Amino acid sequence: MSNENVLLSIKDLHASVEEKNILKGLNLDIKPGEVHAIMGPNGAGKSTTGYVLSGRDGYEVDSGSATLDGQDLFDMDVEERARAGLFLAFQYPVEIPGVSNLEFLKVSVDSQREARGEEALTSAEFLKLAKEACKQVNLPVSFLKRGVNEGFSGGEKKRNEIMQMILLKPKLCILDETDSGLDIDAMQVVANGVNSQRDSERSFIVVTHYQRLLDYIKPDFVHVLADGKIVKSGDASLAKELEAQGYAWLQTEPTEDEIED
Amino acid sequence: MTEQIDKALAREYEAGFVSAVESETFEPGLDEDVIRRISEVKGEPEWMLEWRLKAFRVWQEMEEPDWAHLSYPKIDLQSVSYYSAPKSMKDKPKSLDEVDPELLRTYEKLGIPLVEQQMLAGIAVDAVFDSVSVVTTFREKLEEAGVIFCPISEAVHKYPDLIKKYIGSVVPTKDNYFAALNCAVFTDGSFVYIPKGTRCPMELSTYFRINEQNTGQFERTLIIADEGSHVSYLEGCTAPQRDENQLHAAVVELVALDNAEIKYSTVQNWYPGDEDGKGGIYNFVTKRGICHTNAKISWTQVETGSAVTWKYPSCVLKGDNSIGEFYSVALTRGRQQADTGTKMIHIGKNTKSTIISKGISAGKSNNSYRGLVRMNPGAEGARNFTQCDSLLIGDQCGAHTFPYVESRNPSAIVEHEATTSKVSDDQMFLCRQRGVDPEKAVSMIVNGFCKEVFKELPMEFAVEAGKLLEISLEGSVG
Repeated sequence: MSNENVLLSIKDLHASVEEKNILKGLNLDIKPGEVHAIMGPNGAGKSTTGYVLSGRDGYEVDSGSATLDGQDLFDMDVEERARAGLFLAFQYPVEIPGVSNLEFLKVSVDSQREARGEEALTSAEFLKLAKEACKQVNLPVSFLKRGVNEGFSGGEKKRNEIMQMILLKPKLCILDETDSGLDIDAMQVVANGVNSQRDSERSFIVVTHYQRLLDYIKPDFVHVLADGKIVKSGDASLAKELEAQGYAWLQTEPTEDEIED
Repeated sequence: MTEQIDKALAREYEAGFVSAVESETFEPGLDEDVIRRISEVKGEPEWMLEWRLKAFRVWQEMEEPDWAHLSYPKIDLQSVSYYSAPKSMKDKPKSLDEVDPELLRTYEKLGIPLVEQQMLAGIAVDAVFDSVSVVTTFREKLEEAGVIFCPISEAVHKYPDLIKKYIGSVVPTKDNYFAALNCAVFTDGSFVYIPKGTRCPMELSTYFRINEQNTGQFERTLIIADEGSHVSYLEGCTAPQRDENQLHAAVVELVALDNAEIKYSTVQNWYPGDEDGKGGIYNFVTKRGICHTNAKISWTQVETGSAVTWKYPSCVLKGDNSIGEFYSVALTRGRQQADTGTKMIHIGKNTKSTIISKGISAGKSNNSYRGLVRMNPGAEGARNFTQCDSLLIGDQCGAHTFPYVESRNPSAIVEHEATTSKVSDDQMFLCRQRGVDPEKAVSMIVNGFCKEVFKELPMEFAVEAGKLLEISLEGSVG
């Protein structure tokens, strides 16, 4: 079934939202340590991919499979997938008023540690880690005391997502248009945070609309997602090509589905 | 989503056990004779009996109120027993060693060890079991500071002057139907007196437990903080899980003399009934405090229990510059109904009041906030701030707000803010995507919503309140 060298394996995935087919035969293999960028026009199914993999309510898998480390993702609850090492950085992080960031982070980390049979960190140990993570994404330590995303600017919310990623140490990170709404400075901070977490084990899916994020997070592979499937794959140079020419040229070549239709 | 939340909220009522304690219980029924018998059992002086009988006659002329946003079958007060006491209490135990071990075990099971060595330092407890006070801890230590903390039945004998002067002075006999009933049949409760200029050296608390079947609990608490004194008082309540409804009609009176401060906190966890609304406590409580010059009274309540709650802890801000505060969390689920809030009566100049109310509704429950802010003509420069937030969980529950504002002084300022929100799918998904159980996620979100109120609770109670909402982290970090 799954290749031992593959972290994430998506096979012929079809998925729908409110009975509308969005993913129509997605295939993707990601090995440990690789960074894959997924680009594509609006409505291609980029964000849907992240939600389907993480198990959000309302995103129905119609057929196909996805495994993480050989485990069937679609057989697990949302929180089980997270504990198995899947992390989704949100495009629009939601606020949880009154719940301090520190509390939220510790409960998250404790939940994952518990699932792995590890002891909970003491408050002091955790606080130290959290402060370091703050520094890495350039957020003042005072943000730990504030409510989760409560009153944060767009950039602060995105940096907060990366901070969560740093503390949770996932195997696979899906960054869902993390660059949207960020200026160059903020994007650099976010990218540095991501880059600091790159190693030979951890893999990334960077979902983005624009090439500019990929100047800072260098991908190993770039895929173009259009109408629910990958229509073109290449290396980092493909992103440049897309930036120069847009997506329209891809759609002039009819896909197999369209020929069948 | 809703299913997960329901599961998260459908936790067991842990205090639902019954203790095997032999009791002496009156036959159900209410007439003058029953009142005379209560008074006799307590060995009360004549004046106390007269006061009860007067109240009873007043009560007979009154009608049960029906203005609250509550619906429940009419309570048959003739089917209730008005007195029940463990037999072992007949010859009053002189010390803890003489208290029935089954009683001590009951409180221990509820997490309230009454053996002083085992207690969290700094809290004195009066344990009320059905109609009597079982034990009051740390009395000697308190006496050294001149603080009186004893069952009110004992205070009637020992401190008749204080009782005569203050009982019924804040909540008059004829105040309302349930208060009048309580005046006639009250059995026990706590009495506190803090002398002038004294800061009470420890937290005082009373734990009320209803055990016997078909009994009502009618306790009465009177706290007097003399000039310049300070006291923090906590109240907790639980009852066994029973299929029939039981009545709890308490009266609490607080007197804060000049420059005194009283902080009164409640964690109310009476049995709420089952998911279909069978059983549970009917909780009809009158709580009121009076503030003299520069005095302050602060009510904090966390209400998670009872089938029906009718409760409006209030402040009469009589003295100039006095301050009243009300912080409330009311959680209803299943078929629970709560109609709760406060009254702030501004009489003195430059009086201030703050109301923070957090209502959380889940299941098929109904949760109402009802609050009155009255600025009397003499309340020059008075101010009130009210914030009233509702959180809905699921789509079959109700949240209601009934604010009443009466301002008869043009210089008074009244502010009211209200919000209604829902635990959103986005919030749940974020928590779960980070590896958090749905149950834990709900309690964390609800806890966050209540934070402003929880921070007003004394530490030990904040922990208990957090536990009630299944939160483990609150207070341990940051």
